[in-house]
Amino acid sequence: MVIAVVLVLIVVGSVLFHFLSPWWFSPLASNWNYIDDTTVLTFWICGAVFSALLLFVAYCLFRFRHTEGRKAAYEPENKRLEGWLTAITAGGVIAMLAPGLLVWAQFVQVPPAATDVEVIGQQWLWSFRLPGADGQLGAADNRLVSPDNTLGVSPTDPAGQDDVLIEGGELLIPVGRPVRFLLRSIDVLHNFYVPEFRAKMDMIPGSVTYFWVTPTQPGTYEILCAELCGVGHSYMRGVVTVVTEEDYQAWLSGQATFASLSL
Amino acid sequence: MTGISHDASASVPPAEIEDMALYHPRSWWTKYVFSQDAKVIAVQYAVTALSIGMVALVLSWLIRLQLGFPGLIEFIDVDRYYQIITMHGMIMVVYLLTALFLGGFGNYLIPLMVGARDMVFPYANMLSFWLYFVAVMLLVISFFVPGGPTGAGWTLYPPQAILSNTPGQQWGIMLMLVSLIIFIIGFTLGGLNYTVTVLQARARGMTLMRLPLTIWGIFVATVMALLAFPALFVAAVMMLFDKYLGTSFFMPTLVEMGEQLRYGGGSPILFQHLFWFFGHPEVYIVALPAFGIVSDLISTHARRNIFGYRMMVWAIVGIGVLSFVVWAHHMYVSGMNPYFGFFFATTTLIIAVPTAIKVYNWVLTLWRGDIHLNVPMLFALGFIVTFVNGGLSGLFLGNVVVDVPLSDTMFVVAHFHMVMGVAPILVIFGAIYHWYPKVTGRMLGDLLGKFHFWVTFVGAYLIFFPMHYLGLMGLPRRYFDTADIMIMPASAHTLNAFISIMAFIVGFAQITFVFNLVWSLRHGKPAGPNPWRATTLEWQTPQTPPAHGNWGDELPLVYRWAYDYSVPGAKQDFIPQNEPGTLTRGGTA
Repeated sequence: MVIAVVLVLIVVGSVLFHFLSPWWFSPLASNWNYIDDTTVLTFWICGAVFSALLLFVAYCLFRFRHTEGRKAAYEPENKRLEGWLTAITAGGVIAMLAPGLLVWAQFVQVPPAATDVEVIGQQWLWSFRLPGADGQLGAADNRLVSPDNTLGVSPTDPAGQDDVLIEGGELLIPVGRPVRFLLRSIDVLHNFYVPEFRAKMDMIPGSVTYFWVTPTQPGTYEILCAELCGVGHSYMRGVVTVVTEEDYQAWLSGQATFASLSL
Repeated sequence: MTGISHDASASVPPAEIEDMALYHPRSWWTKYVFSQDAKVIAVQYAVTALSIGMVALVLSWLIRLQLGFPGLIEFIDVDRYYQIITMHGMIMVVYLLTALFLGGFGNYLIPLMVGARDMVFPYANMLSFWLYFVAVMLLVISFFVPGGPTGAGWTLYPPQAILSNTPGQQWGIMLMLVSLIIFIIGFTLGGLNYTVTVLQARARGMTLMRLPLTIWGIFVATVMALLAFPALFVAAVMMLFDKYLGTSFFMPTLVEMGEQLRYGGGSPILFQHLFWFFGHPEVYIVALPAFGIVSDLISTHARRNIFGYRMMVWAIVGIGVLSFVVWAHHMYVSGMNPYFGFFFATTTLIIAVPTAIKVYNWVLTLWRGDIHLNVPMLFALGFIVTFVNGGLSGLFLGNVVVDVPLSDTMFVVAHFHMVMGVAPILVIFGAIYHWYPKVTGRMLGDLLGKFHFWVTFVGAYLIFFPMHYLGLMGLPRRYFDTADIMIMPASAHTLNAFISIMAFIVGFAQITFVFNLVWSLRHGKPAGPNPWRATTLEWQTPQTPPAHGNWGDELPLVYRWAYDYSVPGAKQDFIPQNEPGTLTRGGTA
């Protein structure tokens, strides 16, 4: 009988923990409240299923526990019941999947107005490259990486000359404007993750990956590496600060360009 | 209700082939060491797997020491930390769970439950174990070589797996890959054996739709493993080539600590596809035997036929097939083409439907049952709780957009420990309490068993349920040092310490289990041939423990399905599968 009581306690305890514990999503600072909403919806559906199933098991354990003279029912199949349960489950799955895929469609389609910010990962440092006055990033390749050109920016591409380089420093981005992060790696896999933005993506040497986000809350956020990248993995942190447009422009004009660094 | 599995009126077909000739041992060596008896091989597999599992348990304590009480033990430096998490993961997934379910339970139960004398290829079966043993030994050796074992994470993602800022570059990574290759060769020898035995060596009358669900689970898992492991095999070979022969299968142009390496043109993502093409079926290779076994535990101890047997079989087969088209849900944020997310999220959530059917049918088997809360039943109930919990958190991670914030965080760690760590291990414990009497002829101690259950079940839930919320907050996994993370309040560190303390308690409770296993060997209550009054063939052997060849002179004949419990009008509340008679027209008839 203890087990039936414990199952009820697990349900009650888990639900209470969910609502009362201080541990939850970090405060959102981007447009991806859709992700939070889908997550909360999933919590409600899964929480209801979990509670209902466990309470039913607890009821069965209490009601049908062995006592002298009890005999189990013999019922190999019940197609109607099985059919209904399958249909209800399919309904619940669709209720989670459909909004999920709709939000994913937004996630993979970058708004045309987004500005590019390149993030470059290497053991164990974050660097950034921003387009200069021409609005575009020049070509880059790991084959061009050298002590004088640590990010592998092409010296022959005119579009790259005015690119702003920030090696191992702080990144600023303007609030309210969509940003497309273009992600590169110099050495191994890394993952550009800012918990408050909700989004993350692996960075792969030899490829450029991306995601987009519109920061909505000014503030300073920590960049965490979320893909094991060797022994320094947990120390690979950076800082991104969301600021107003004026502050952003003021900061940007004070940064060094690729051309000025190569002189 | 004619034509269904539980109709016992059909007669047993005539014999088509001669009885199998057995290899009889001539010495102590060929009886207990290089044995060709599947039951001995099963025990060898189980003892080896549980022993290396104890190593993994100790490693998990070291992980929790670092996460809960960072800096307390100087021995755990950053290199060792990554070596520890890598070896813990690899041992648990491959060398404990896969080996124990298929090599251990598969070897013991397949011949007995299908009514065969032994596996059809006993010599290959013996080789299978000894290759597994060599693979385990290579892992153990890697702890003692210069540089230690690899610290690449159990997923072994290149490029870092073979580069110098990951520990274990001297010997560890090579031993790891070679060990996996040998494991896979050994498994293939065993797996072909299990498959052919189930298909070709069943007793007369044992139709496929009369097989106990344990056998269905192990059988489908074995077929899946035969199809999935080759992907890991080639990935391991290719990585060895990249490391030692200078090929670039997985290695693009890259610069390590300022130096251009000779690699170029390879794809790290290719490795991930190969790894997860193995890795996702692997989850079900562990889960399906657990599903099968738990079905039989619940049915036997609730004295009730398993509810919806045919649905259960088709759900196992359906999950097996679907699990080959969901692998990239491990890679939503890997940088693969993001449009794949639509496909893989859909297939992944579809797999929830057959899985849910299985859960409903377990629960409906309890409903209107005659529930005996024996130790195996308690573990089966613990499995339902942890599996439902872990299965549901899988719906978070499978739904691509919800996965984006949660991927690579402690939420994932909590999820997979709940669903493919705790849940199948509870089934393993339940199964050992259930079948130990057949293997040894003695019962395991009941009181110790209950103590073991309560501490393990409640403790494990308290470890892994709160852990999800650390991931929700954004704490990445595989962090050696979680100090000074801006999003982590002080209370989160307290939670980490609490989780660690629970982990120590649960770990220590396993000593009672080991003690019980050893002590009961001599002092356990004599079990008799069928202590649980079960229907399946392994409980109907002429000797307990069964002798070599299992059945004496006459192979059993099978007249009915495995779930004739509490049949109306029957003298007892169970009718063994080999008992003739027509008194089983099921259900409402």
